[in-house]
Amino acid sequence: MDKIKTQLQQTSQATHSERRGRLISLSALSLIVLVVIAIFWFVATKGLATFFENHVDFWSFLSGKTWDPGVKNASGQPLFGALPMIVGSFLITVLAALVATPFAIGTAVFMNEIEPRHGAKIIQPVTELLVGIPSVVYGFIGLSVVVPLVRNTFGGSGFGILSGTVVLFIMILPTVTSMTADALKSVPRYYREASLALGATRWQTIYKVVLRAATPGILTAVVFGMARAFGEALAVQMVVGNAALLPQNLVSPSSTLTSVLTQGIGNTVMGSLQNNALWSLALVLLVMSLVFNLVIRLIGRKGALR
Amino acid sequence: MKAKTADKIATAVFYAVAGLVVLILAFLLGYILLAGLPKLSWHFLAAPAQAFSAGGGIGIQLFNSFYLLVLAMLISFPIALGAGIYLNEYAKQNWITNVVRTAIEILSSLPSVVVGLFGFLLFVVQFKLGFSILSGALALTFFNLPLLTRSVETSLASIPNLQREAGLALGLSRWETVTKVILPAAVPSILTGVILSAGRVFGEAAALIYTSGQSAPALNFADWNPFNIASPLNPLRPAETLAVHIWKINSEGIMPDASAVSAGASAVLVIAVLLFNFLARWLGNRLYKRLTAND
Amino acid sequence: MADLQTTAPERNILTFSEPEHELALATKDLHVYYGENEALREADLQFERYKITALIGASGSGKSTFLRSLNRMNDGVARVTGNIMYRDLDINSNQIDVYEMRRHIGMVFQRPNPFAKSIYDNITFALRQRGVHDKQELDEIVETSLRQAAMWDQVKDELHKSALALSGGQQQRLCIARAIAVKPDILLLDEPASALDPVATAQIEDTLLKLKENYTIIIVTHNMQQAARVSDYTAFFHLGRVLEYDEARKIFTRPKVTITNDYISGNFG
Repeated sequence: MDKIKTQLQQTSQATHSERRGRLISLSALSLIVLVVIAIFWFVATKGLATFFENHVDFWSFLSGKTWDPGVKNASGQPLFGALPMIVGSFLITVLAALVATPFAIGTAVFMNEIEPRHGAKIIQPVTELLVGIPSVVYGFIGLSVVVPLVRNTFGGSGFGILSGTVVLFIMILPTVTSMTADALKSVPRYYREASLALGATRWQTIYKVVLRAATPGILTAVVFGMARAFGEALAVQMVVGNAALLPQNLVSPSSTLTSVLTQGIGNTVMGSLQNNALWSLALVLLVMSLVFNLVIRLIGRKGALR
Repeated sequence: MKAKTADKIATAVFYAVAGLVVLILAFLLGYILLAGLPKLSWHFLAAPAQAFSAGGGIGIQLFNSFYLLVLAMLISFPIALGAGIYLNEYAKQNWITNVVRTAIEILSSLPSVVVGLFGFLLFVVQFKLGFSILSGALALTFFNLPLLTRSVETSLASIPNLQREAGLALGLSRWETVTKVILPAAVPSILTGVILSAGRVFGEAAALIYTSGQSAPALNFADWNPFNIASPLNPLRPAETLAVHIWKINSEGIMPDASAVSAGASAVLVIAVLLFNFLARWLGNRLYKRLTAND
Repeated sequence: MADLQTTAPERNILTFSEPEHELALATKDLHVYYGENEALREADLQFERYKITALIGASGSGKSTFLRSLNRMNDGVARVTGNIMYRDLDINSNQIDVYEMRRHIGMVFQRPNPFAKSIYDNITFALRQRGVHDKQELDEIVETSLRQAAMWDQVKDELHKSALALSGGQQQRLCIARAIAVKPDILLLDEPASALDPVATAQIEDTLLKLKENYTIIIVTHNMQQAARVSDYTAFFHLGRVLEYDEARKIFTRPKVTITNDYISGNFG
């Protein structure tokens, strides 16, 4: 009897294992958080060095049209105009999303509302498979199919914003479609039944009830696709032409933040002005990915309030 | 009837849009496979690459891709497992947990090129690991951790609470209950998540070009001592993967048969990803059957 | 007796002061809070050794909350204040090793929850975690536990089959066997038969009546007949309070409190 009493007041083997396990799993989680902090810290210090150490004017970085970090202008300021890349990145992202959205919604509605049998059996598994196709493969297709097609149709080299847009459109289409389909699926069945029972046609039901109820989910899908497009490096770099010029039209060679980064890091010396300038571009990328994240959260919160 | 006409037109439009998308997706898959499959041969899969002449293979790159995948998984899985367990079993509902979850979500949404650059800065430059398999595996780990953690967490969450109560009521600690009861029950679903993320890691290139490098030095496949420089297992040698290879030969294009090699390599990459997906799907279905058979 | 116009609920709480009653467990001024909400207040109950005590009351009356507090299954879920006395120790204090304590105060839940393991492993799992590896010893414990749970004859030839293949009633009895395999003093049962059919329920009740030779049993039930059939003492919970606690035959024949009478005669809840 007394033995049990003492045992109850001692630390048992189970308690020891619990403390150990908690510590182990907490360390693992902390490690991930540490990695996130480290990424932000490293990229931010490197990216801000351009402005604080090399004293480049922040505004001329954002609005300058010439990117040639080796050369200085009349007033001794290096030519760090990131505007061409920023414009390039946004243009490609927005265009790709604009094209992909109607296709994604159309396909998702088709496979959910119009032909659910074929949708669930064929289209959905295929789109989900295509989500996993590596981006270099999209780049390769862009290079061997899209660029020649653009060249033959519009003349020029074929490299440029248009090719980049087409490649990213194809790349984000499966992602946006399958996320949109999930959003439609989460609309309760009785919404549709109530609408149809009131005498609405299928199109009216889809347009006025289903799509409306699924709007937050669809917006999330589109922003998610945009975030992927904005951050994509290699597939874009392969087809965009890589000329750090403000795009004159959709078929002239241009560049994006990611494409300049991909090409430049290997060709500059660590710690040099040219190298720091590239890290500033990486910082812009990082901040933009935060913005996309924030937007998705805001949409989610609004959707939850309904 | 106006509404009926609109309905008919809309239905036709949906058929057309879906048809077009299916056509695009089918063309995509078809093109990769049709352009690449004729190129596939034992020689192509096993031979080393040629820089300036035609007829090179992808043997070393293929090996590198698998080696990196295995290493990255070996590093990231235990971390993701621990983090997933903590999030699902221990974390309280408070602002700290929210911040942690947000941080993981942000990590998962970072462009892979940024993750690669961070890996370059930290491992290649600061830790002086150089362009090496180890640097690449660590960069891939960062890229992989959020997805894998999430999949561990959701797998654990799908095991009913009744099982945890059963363990606790027997005087087992939560840790014992989770590792010996909950985790074994969640294995099939965790495995599915691991395989899916493996497919993603296998095709990743942007995080690798500045970490594991863009060169594939000749390997001596008879030397399995990880400390020898020509050994395939040496974690400190530079290692161009299949995905990086496709990018590299297409952007530099010295090789006369670059497009044929990329077509073949793309097909291999896509087939590998498809296999990973089918494996995950098959496992998922088996899990589903096992669960429903018991009820 | 059925005076429905009482204003304040009378309380009748049984206390054991005579020395012949050996107590297994007692609570003093136990309160349970879910956040701001007080789910249970001022519970002072004493449980006699080798007896079955039934906790009855409508859903939300606090009876399950009370039961789950007794072996601290509410840790991390709710805040529990007051004392739970076991072997002259307040086990509601953080000086007590909660995992060690639960080996002496076991619990069986409403829904059968066997592990996705074999019948044998279900019973031996907790023991092996605590370092019992002797095959013969484990075999013996498996046999006695299953015998006490009255299912040895049915499963002795298929001990290595998955526990999930058993019927609901058998699963619940396996859970009882699993709980007594670690040789507890006290068994807490939270509506153990509510998910079972009448035949399985009757078997569980038989099992409990045999088990009380060796264990102190506290059972939550919403089934009045069950409480009347198996329990020696019965506590009636109402809106987070213990309104009446007495010998079962008294509660079911001559309840002192009006609300108790209403409840057991089916007028509400």
